[in-house]
Amino acid sequence: MLSTVLDQYNYAVVIILMMTGLYVVFASRNLIKKLVGLSIFQTSVFLLYITIGKVSGGQPPIVESHGSDHGNLEIPLVASISEIDSVIQSSSEVLYSNPLPHVLILTAIVVGVATLAIGLSLVVRIREVYGTIEEDKIEEFDRIYYKEILEGQ
Amino acid sequence: MNLMSIFSQWIIEQGPAFLIVLPLLMGAVTAVIPNKGMAWWITFFVTIICTYTAFSLFQHVYFDSFLLYTMGGWNPPHGISLIVDGLSAPILLLISVMAVLTVIYALPASISEIEPKKRAPFYAAFLICFAGLMGMVITGDAFNVFVFLEVSSISTYALVAMGAARDRRSLAAAYNYLIMGSIGATFFVIGLGFLFMETGTLNMAEMSDILSELDGGSRVSKVGYGFIIVGLGLKIAMFPLHTWLPRAYAYAPTKITIFLASTATKAAIYLLLRFTFTVFDPSFDYIAIMLKYLIMGVAIVGMAFASFQAIFQSDVRRVLAYSSVAQVGYILLGIGIATSSGLAAGYLHLLNHAVIKGCLFISVGAFWYRFGITRVNDFSGLFKTMPLTMGAFTLGGLSLIGVPFTAGFVSKVKLILAAAEQDMWWAVLVIVFSSVLAIVYIGRIILFAYFGTPPKINGSILVKNEAPLMMLFPMWTLGLMSIAIGVNAFGIGDSFVSASEIAASVLLGERG
Repeated sequence: MLSTVLDQYNYAVVIILMMTGLYVVFASRNLIKKLVGLSIFQTSVFLLYITIGKVSGGQPPIVESHGSDHGNLEIPLVASISEIDSVIQSSSEVLYSNPLPHVLILTAIVVGVATLAIGLSLVVRIREVYGTIEEDKIEEFDRIYYKEILEGQ
Repeated sequence: MNLMSIFSQWIIEQGPAFLIVLPLLMGAVTAVIPNKGMAWWITFFVTIICTYTAFSLFQHVYFDSFLLYTMGGWNPPHGISLIVDGLSAPILLLISVMAVLTVIYALPASISEIEPKKRAPFYAAFLICFAGLMGMVITGDAFNVFVFLEVSSISTYALVAMGAARDRRSLAAAYNYLIMGSIGATFFVIGLGFLFMETGTLNMAEMSDILSELDGGSRVSKVGYGFIIVGLGLKIAMFPLHTWLPRAYAYAPTKITIFLASTATKAAIYLLLRFTFTVFDPSFDYIAIMLKYLIMGVAIVGMAFASFQAIFQSDVRRVLAYSSVAQVGYILLGIGIATSSGLAAGYLHLLNHAVIKGCLFISVGAFWYRFGITRVNDFSGLFKTMPLTMGAFTLGGLSLIGVPFTAGFVSKVKLILAAAEQDMWWAVLVIVFSSVLAIVYIGRIILFAYFGTPPKINGSILVKNEAPLMMLFPMWTLGLMSIAIGVNAFGIGDSFVSASEIAASVLLGERG
């Protein structure tokens, strides 16, 4: 039992980070802290994807030409991905890690940064308008403010 | 071969990429353009061109079944493919038509809603949101779905927050939407990760082949499906996950509410259909269980509960927002039944509801534009001051209730028949009950407007003050459309019904 957990400690880290992040998002009433929680939550997914890409015993996925004709690239330019496949298959029994999840996660990181930027700029605007970033106070201010408007009519 | 046929051939060949690239590119142009008045024209023409393209594609797949576009000439499964078929084409057409109508409405509405210096960025964000929605629907690559989902979501957060010029609560609403939306998108991407673990591919068609070879796959793909359904459920505003929706709809600028209500949740429902029925398969035991107990369960509870909540709202936009949650329940019920008649009914209701809610939100926006009112009590006597706008609102309202000769009636009857086919009389009962509740919450507004006395401002009764033509045009287009579907004028009703039947046959794998 313990050894399986230790073998897959990546997943344990992912789960701990994920739950921490989600808990912070839901439990905290401070707008900045919520965004921190959201970032932790998103980061756990990056780790999950990178874990998927790892092939045990796999090398970095860079095609090299081996042997005496080192330097003479047999296929200098590949015209399509299917050719890359054949190069990789013919090139040997070398085991490569899967590069695709890393590429995906680069995209997801950019998405995460954009979300965080929008979130932070919203918090800045909220603080300009309300003078606070505590959710409870914002709700209270709104209740008072709009009650006055309605009574004014 | 004349020039016209070469052009239409080119549109069919390059159209799928065009639908995404054009709005994205022009979004960037709109953001930096110095002449602010140009922004509206650019947005208008882009949406018109996209509508034309989407219509050509729709016509093509309506008769010819299937269109595959390989991005950059890289063949699937390695490259990213765009897919237009009987399922995605109607939604593409729906999104672009709604975008055109929203943009027409936006010109007068922007005067009072958006500060002059923010108008060009507003249209830029709108175009990017539009591109994201189109991308979500058209792509055949699972990870690409996530990217476009976030492209449309992130621009939506900014657009909702632009309501702050008129109602400061929109900031908190946008923040809340951002938190919920990001959690949803992250859940979705976790689900994709599990699917990638199981199948080793991101191409939806290949994923589907591998999963059916594995007969549904191991626990990994079950967990993956669970994450995907929760993630999409947040975007759809599936019943217990709908809490962000009423606030976002009520406080966003009115034109964004129109666009979101009629397209954003619809695109997410499309994704749910795409993943449940074509990537996974309803013949897997866990999908069948999910459809029967989870989707149908939340549909039934959501229909009854959200309709009930709509009755007690004092703000008309919140009434309509809760009603949207209830209508999502109808659509999900059709999906949950999962027979070809159930799916067709759910899909038809999806299209009809977009038309109906677009009409209702545009007329509410026009009331706000003229008098700055959104509360039910303020609607008193509005029929006397704005008869044409109230007329369109009434058409939409009747259609929402499901009165005969309207769009809502057609799809609700189909839904009831589909439920009755499966002997689900309790579902029929809930559909009828929820429609009765709709009579209460829509009827309350209409009664106020027709029989109440017009409000007095500064001691004098308001005079007749109709909405501008640019608002009347989109609202009556949609209002008359819902009647046209109901009475099958010009064959519009039949083409909607047959589009939904084609979509259902694509979902069940009977067509291309």
